[in-house]
Amino acid sequence: MAAKIITITSGKGGVGKTTATANLSVALADLGQKVVCIDSDIGLRNLDVVLGLENRIVYDLVDVIEGRCRIRQAMIKDKRFDELFLIPAAQTRDKSAVSPSDMIALCEQIENEFDWILIDSPAGIERGFKNAIAPANSVIVITNPDVSAVRDADRIIGIVEAEEKGPARLIINRINPELIRRGDMLDAEDILDLLAINLVGIVPEDETVIMSTNVGKPVATEEKSKAGQAFRNIARRLMGDEVPLMDLDLKEGIFQKISKIFNTGGK
Amino acid sequence: MSDWLPRLSRKNRSASKAKDRLKLVLIHDRTDISPSALEDMKDEIIKVISNHISIDRDQVKIQMVHDGREQRLIADIPLQPLR
Repeated sequence: MAAKIITITSGKGGVGKTTATANLSVALADLGQKVVCIDSDIGLRNLDVVLGLENRIVYDLVDVIEGRCRIRQAMIKDKRFDELFLIPAAQTRDKSAVSPSDMIALCEQIENEFDWILIDSPAGIERGFKNAIAPANSVIVITNPDVSAVRDADRIIGIVEAEEKGPARLIINRINPELIRRGDMLDAEDILDLLAINLVGIVPEDETVIMSTNVGKPVATEEKSKAGQAFRNIARRLMGDEVPLMDLDLKEGIFQKISKIFNTGGK
Repeated sequence: MSDWLPRLSRKNRSASKAKDRLKLVLIHDRTDISPSALEDMKDEIIKVISNHISIDRDQVKIQMVHDGREQRLIADIPLQPLR
């Protein structure tokens, strides 16, 4: 069976596309799936460092497209999982080296050998983004609970629909339960209400993401990390399992509990 | 204890302001119509309809609303009672 091809995109930069791509790839591989992740952010490659594979790169995406190597030569095997591979972005070359049809042809070469192809999209709505979604069967939009990220997510969702790649699904990343509790951060319900698309998962803000990125070991491999658990849950949902959304409630003190009772009609 | 008073008035916290602002911004992002263009259109619609029927101009409501990811232009135009 042909691989499911998912593109992870966001509109706004810095919301966690690469982190999500790396962690979902790792989490799917951990479930015994054969996975290729492709960094399509030409000139701003990063999926390699997040996965800790930066020292193993010989060939990249543009080398494959321009025929300087075979696709297998550009696929870097992960350190932890034998069935997880990365195709890195080119770092120095001209962005116009890649076209949407190149991306489709590239995925066609490998789709019968894998269960999943995850494509990390560049930020923005330009050519790189169009390349990233061209081969996709489905698109995941990632956002943060802030006004600019949600606004840009809405734009991207509209474009994904116009390109007939919709309906996109949503991941809300970097949720801070304490701020939500105070009423100072949009919660998942608010965001879904605004964007009117389906949710695949919520990921809490978690310092272990930064720590694990520092050492090139995706947080999905960390048993105790909350964000890692969130990404593992999303991977299981992609597999078709029904996994309830994570309970991000902080441990509540008695006063919070009392005030919650008073506040039930407030929202 | 210190933080449960603000929770009682969650409606006034920044998240609900963010949501209200985003609602308006998204409607205009999705339709490519600015609030002032909408006002101009409203004036034109009132003018055209007034040529045919007497309406209560001050009570006319024309607004963009969203229903899922669909945008809808809703016009509510009360007629002037016949004298």
